[in-house]
Amino acid sequence: MSPRLAALGVVAGAVGTLEAACRGGLIDPQAVLAPSVMVAAMVEVLQQPDILHAVASTGLDVLAAALLAISGGFVAGIVIHASRFLRFGVEPLLASYYAVPTFIFYPVFVVVFGVGKLAIIAIAFCLGVVAMITATLSGLDAVPAVLLRTARVMRLSWLQRTVMVMLPATLPYLFTGARLAITYAFIGVIASEFILSGEGLGYDIAYAYNNFDNRPMFGLMLLVLLSVGGINAALDTLDRHLRRKTGQ
Amino acid sequence: MALACVLLVLLALWIGLSAIAGAGVVADPLTTLRRLIAMLATPRFWKDCQTTFTAFTWSLLLSMLLGAAIGVALALDRFIGETFEPILVSFYALPKVTLYPVVLLLCGLGPASKVTFGVMHALVPVALLTRTAITQIRPVLWRSVKVMHLSRAQILRHLVLPAIAVDLVAALRIGVSLSLLGVLIGEMFAASSGLGFAAMTAMGLGDLPTILAIGVFLSVIAVAANATLLVLEGRLRRRQQAVPF
Repeated sequence: MSPRLAALGVVAGAVGTLEAACRGGLIDPQAVLAPSVMVAAMVEVLQQPDILHAVASTGLDVLAAALLAISGGFVAGIVIHASRFLRFGVEPLLASYYAVPTFIFYPVFVVVFGVGKLAIIAIAFCLGVVAMITATLSGLDAVPAVLLRTARVMRLSWLQRTVMVMLPATLPYLFTGARLAITYAFIGVIASEFILSGEGLGYDIAYAYNNFDNRPMFGLMLLVLLSVGGINAALDTLDRHLRRKTGQ
Repeated sequence: MALACVLLVLLALWIGLSAIAGAGVVADPLTTLRRLIAMLATPRFWKDCQTTFTAFTWSLLLSMLLGAAIGVALALDRFIGETFEPILVSFYALPKVTLYPVVLLLCGLGPASKVTFGVMHALVPVALLTRTAITQIRPVLWRSVKVMHLSRAQILRHLVLPAIAVDLVAALRIGVSLSLLGVLIGEMFAASSGLGFAAMTAMGLGDLPTILAIGVFLSVIAVAANATLLVLEGRLRRRQQAVPF
């Protein structure tokens, strides 16, 4: 049996145990719904007319934050890589960046931008951008010197060198950075919606929780976890594929 | 030198931003610092600190103990390790905040939920780092302890612990930042005291200097803890590399 199959078995076993525990009365049905009920609740949630609006709101925020973090982090990475001085100065900050609970600054953005998309996108951008900067730097460091020498021997222009040598060589690193930025964007957007906002899936979950409305709450939760989990798994598979292809 | 320049530029940016947006919108560094000093003199602030750091300490302790135990269990058997690792990794990448209502329903409003939420953030990296550290112990060392007929306790004392000490410090470093994050998010959503709650209260009042002061205070502590553990990690690594095998 492959570990992958076994992992599926473990997850199925855990779901089955939870189902049995809920049905058998071991777990308070007020606290946790049985998985089968959760799936039914998710289907009900999906039939609600305003679910599309919530999904679109969250999705667009994630997209905006991820795109900004990826492009901003990429450009910042190139600039930092170009200057040895800048790099010496910035690297210790990058190394300790994720030690800081950045999310505590969400209220700052709320006060500055008001409750709404701008504050959410700003905090999600802040969470992801450094992962992309770090990935860009590692990618640029990993370009084999022989390729750069070859490019010089062939008298490639700056543009040719960037497009034909640097980009393909750094691509797997950039993709890993982008994948992390997307994961962080999801976490940032949903957490901010959950803490304070007026729309989106995170907001809907918090709203249902505050109204003791467990059924839609679990339905929404399952929807978020399944979709984010699915997107993460797809990106991970692509990431591995890219690394295998380039022999890393 | 370079670091100082970059920090100065960042400080200048902050001042510039405050000047452009107006001191009422973005508090400048000096106002923030003054507010922080004023806050440090209030008993309320220290009570919030105590609440947050008590929950954080419990969360870190539990994450390290449980995480290391799970890491050891996953490292003992390759198949079990390869089965559970992807599950843990997928869990780690999820926006765990969606699960916070369940934690609240199960643990109730109070410190237990915050601690559980902190553990949910830090447990997986600690477990995975421990597992990787143990699986990377060189086979020759395992064969040696076998030849020497060491007992399990002796193996743990003389082989496993020294071999994974560096990675345990790395795990502790990551555990510190993630536990703190988990506890703070918990406090921001539902709490009646703690620094996360204080930041949310200040947000309700539009009191930016206080939020910035809390943010700066927490950042300084987090960065200092991270830097101390990084130095410790470096020292242990050098000592480990000095061993001839």
